Amino acid sequence: MDKIEVTFTVNEKKVTVKTAPDKPLLDVLREDLLLTGTKQGCRTGECGACTVLLDSKTVNSCLVFAGQMEGREVVTIEGIANGDKLHPLQEALIEEGAVQCGFCIPGIIISAKDLLDKNAEPDEKEIKEALAGNLCRCTGYSKIVKAVQSSAEKIRESADN
Amino acid sequence: MPSVGVNEIKVDAIEKVTGKSKYVDDLHFSGQLHCKVVFSRVARGKIESIDTSEALRIDGVVDVITVDDVPGNNMTHIIYDDYPLFADGEVKFAGQIVAVVLGETPESADMGRDAVSITYEEEKPVLTIQEGIAPGAPLIYSGDNIFKRYRIVKGDFKKAFEEADIIIENEYYTGYQEHAYIETQGMMAVPGHDGSMIVYGAMQCPFYVHDMVSKVLNLPASKVRIVQTVTGGAFGGKEDVPSLVASVAAVAAYKTGRPCKLMLHRNEDIISTSKRHPAWMKYRTAADKEGNILGIDVDFYMDAGAYATLSPVVLWRGTVHALGPYRCENVRVRTYAVATNKVPCGAFRGFGSPQIIFASEAQMDILAEKVGKDPFEIRKQNALNLGEETITGQKLNQSFGLHKVMDEAFEKSGWAEKRPMWGFEHGEGDIRKGIGVSSIFYGVGLGAGGKNMAKAGAFVQIYGDGSLSFAVGTTDMGQGMRTVLSQIASDEMGIPIEEIYCQSTDTSRIPDSGPTVASRATTMSGNAIIDACTQIKERMAVMAARILEAKPDELEFEDGKVFVRRIPDIFILFKDLAKRCAMEKVHMTAQGWFDTPFVSYNEENGQGWAYFVYAYACNVAEITIDLKTGEITVDRITAAHDVGKAINPQLVEGQIEGGSLQGMGYGVMEDILHDEKGRIVNTGLSTYIIPSIIDAPEMVPIIVEEEFPEGPYGAKGFGEQPLMGVAPAIACAVAHATGAHPDRTPMIPERILEWIEKKGG
Repeated sequence: MDKIEVTFTVNEKKVTVKTAPDKPLLDVLREDLLLTGTKQGCRTGECGACTVLLDSKTVNSCLVFAGQMEGREVVTIEGIANGDKLHPLQEALIEEGAVQCGFCIPGIIISAKDLLDKNAEPDEKEIKEALAGNLCRCTGYSKIVKAVQSSAEKIRESADN
Repeated sequence: MPSVGVNEIKVDAIEKVTGKSKYVDDLHFSGQLHCKVVFSRVARGKIESIDTSEALRIDGVVDVITVDDVPGNNMTHIIYDDYPLFADGEVKFAGQIVAVVLGETPESADMGRDAVSITYEEEKPVLTIQEGIAPGAPLIYSGDNIFKRYRIVKGDFKKAFEEADIIIENEYYTGYQEHAYIETQGMMAVPGHDGSMIVYGAMQCPFYVHDMVSKVLNLPASKVRIVQTVTGGAFGGKEDVPSLVASVAAVAAYKTGRPCKLMLHRNEDIISTSKRHPAWMKYRTAADKEGNILGIDVDFYMDAGAYATLSPVVLWRGTVHALGPYRCENVRVRTYAVATNKVPCGAFRGFGSPQIIFASEAQMDILAEKVGKDPFEIRKQNALNLGEETITGQKLNQSFGLHKVMDEAFEKSGWAEKRPMWGFEHGEGDIRKGIGVSSIFYGVGLGAGGKNMAKAGAFVQIYGDGSLSFAVGTTDMGQGMRTVLSQIASDEMGIPIEEIYCQSTDTSRIPDSGPTVASRATTMSGNAIIDACTQIKERMAVMAARILEAKPDELEFEDGKVFVRRIPDIFILFKDLAKRCAMEKVHMTAQGWFDTPFVSYNEENGQGWAYFVYAYACNVAEITIDLKTGEITVDRITAAHDVGKAINPQLVEGQIEGGSLQGMGYGVMEDILHDEKGRIVNTGLSTYIIPSIIDAPEMVPIIVEEEFPEGPYGAKGFGEQPLMGVAPAIACAVAHATGAHPDRTPMIPERILEWIEKKGG
């Protein structure tokens, strides 16, 4: 397949890549842009490790193709912290001890951030629904739920001040 | 301030939450090639031909590698020497490695893989334990398809059954379990200009990988170096298999002289890598009318798959755990690892014990029912006491938290209130709630079954600025070893954890420390670090004594200072002492070592001091069942674990919660299915179902600390234990909610309906 040139935004930076149109966004991010924080766990949209924000919606980046990317906006795990200042979600996952092997964590953070951006005060059921597409095999999830809850609180507090 | 016992933040958490951690697939070397494996689609047969000509014509395909390209020994050594790295003339399971295509890009390697043509003379595969041991079965291994057998004989089991008031006799089946680590297996082999080979990758056991790579390449071990990369979950699945993955990548790198990356995709990982053994158990229990166990007679068969891999030692652990933490004087246990034409099964958290525990705990539930007692009460009544013997004749004489974990789980789960209110007899419509219990023990470390590998080294170095780095031979695969060992080093030298750095595990840095399995990293490497720190402190204390005008043995290392005991005002800052020591040529590095305490095992009668210590757990599961559909929801798991000492309680909780959920998956949803030709049909995570966050029950982790004097700060390993007793506790709850006793895993709705129907009829 002939290569095409696509221009889109990643973590607020405009990028242009020359690539086969059927190359998964996951591979474009990891191979062409060297953003390896987005993980590959299955390439079939089943595990959620490759979750990114595409135009402010969560997608499995293994199921989006380069040919669909023109003019669009992507946020990956590398775009979550503000310089050295971690996002409250990242801080909370560390504090609650919700990180074990860490392989699912970038996807979890993206899905949880999407939830908190849209719902400042999610209940447990809403948190679980938001993370239903992100498999974790290490933690049993309960510390992840707690971390999302405590970061939501922190974000609300800092918005109040 | 001490660090041990504190919830220190995980030392590698920041890089994990920012996406900076480098897992093997994140590595890139200039000129690297991509490997794509051609797996057998046939479960049993002769290879007639391998045609690579079409593949080699594809643009970007560099080479295709087969058994003919292996420079050294193609027959790999795990425990036996029966598993060829590349299939050699025949295949014994679907998913076996036949060839590897090397491409300039992943895409060209993919296309090359599809273009390799292999023809087979197919034979009918052996697909079950029963087929494997049937008279006249096709031979997969040796004369009888049995890789290994063990027996335990104690007392007079025949007499016990003659004198028993109650005899309970049942058969049980447990299914497969796939590790489903979220990071699939992968390796990057990088050839050196001087004939050496470095392999980076996801693994639990770098020294296994080292050994196999050097033999497969026919290189002296000294020219091979294995480096563990950040590993995305393992659970036993990255114990033996990474040696094969690394060896394939290394053969490719050796032949081409270029770095070679081999990453398995999820479906490839599922068809070709190890699983938990399915098992078939015939369990007879003899008891008196009070419900005291008088004797057991157990036959335990494991479906080992096509090659022995770790099955002999998995079987051994299952054998020793055949009854659990209960009193029984009269025992016969016979166990068998049976060859079949399926993917070799191997290590998985619990290592042969969850299968037999499922059967032995189900027998306890039936016994309780027969004598009209509560399942908790029957377990308490039969539970071993301090000083009593296991079925292998080992006296439990220290660090014995069995009764404490049982009492804690009983209290915190609300058993006394819930059990009488719930159950099949109580409830409206089709919905019932059930509550169930299991109590288990876990032999810590390799035990007598692996005593020659039961050693560990540590390298500790103090720098002139007072910081400390250390390296160990065990690995962190997510469980938190780097953090726990940093805490131990911190308290040993009396410096803050921020001053400490744990190097990645690298076989060029540290002597063979055995595998990272059997919940042994904290105890083994922890003790080795203490040994190394002690040596360095002795040397630094001589210098400190000179400065402080004191005696070396009067000095304490604490709070970043070295001071005279009971006179804390006479001190030197550790940083200043390190600087001074560096200037005055004091040797501030040391190799630590730890060898395990005594263990023994007599293969004739299965008697001996099987493990140097045991951990204990009691699980209570609360469930809801729909009697009409058989649907089961696990609502809450209370899990009390005796860990000796929690070096980091939060990480201990993480092990309890994660292991419990894996145990729940094993109990109610996970299984591997094959078609009639022996090929796995559920090769993805939408067909092999593991618990999602929606399925996750409320977790109540409870830490009990009965210190183990020979462990670092009293700790004993327990990482496997959280998985082991959850399925049996759920089975006990199912029996409570339905009145029917489950006899197999997973306990899926159709089976629950079957059990209910059978009970009714």
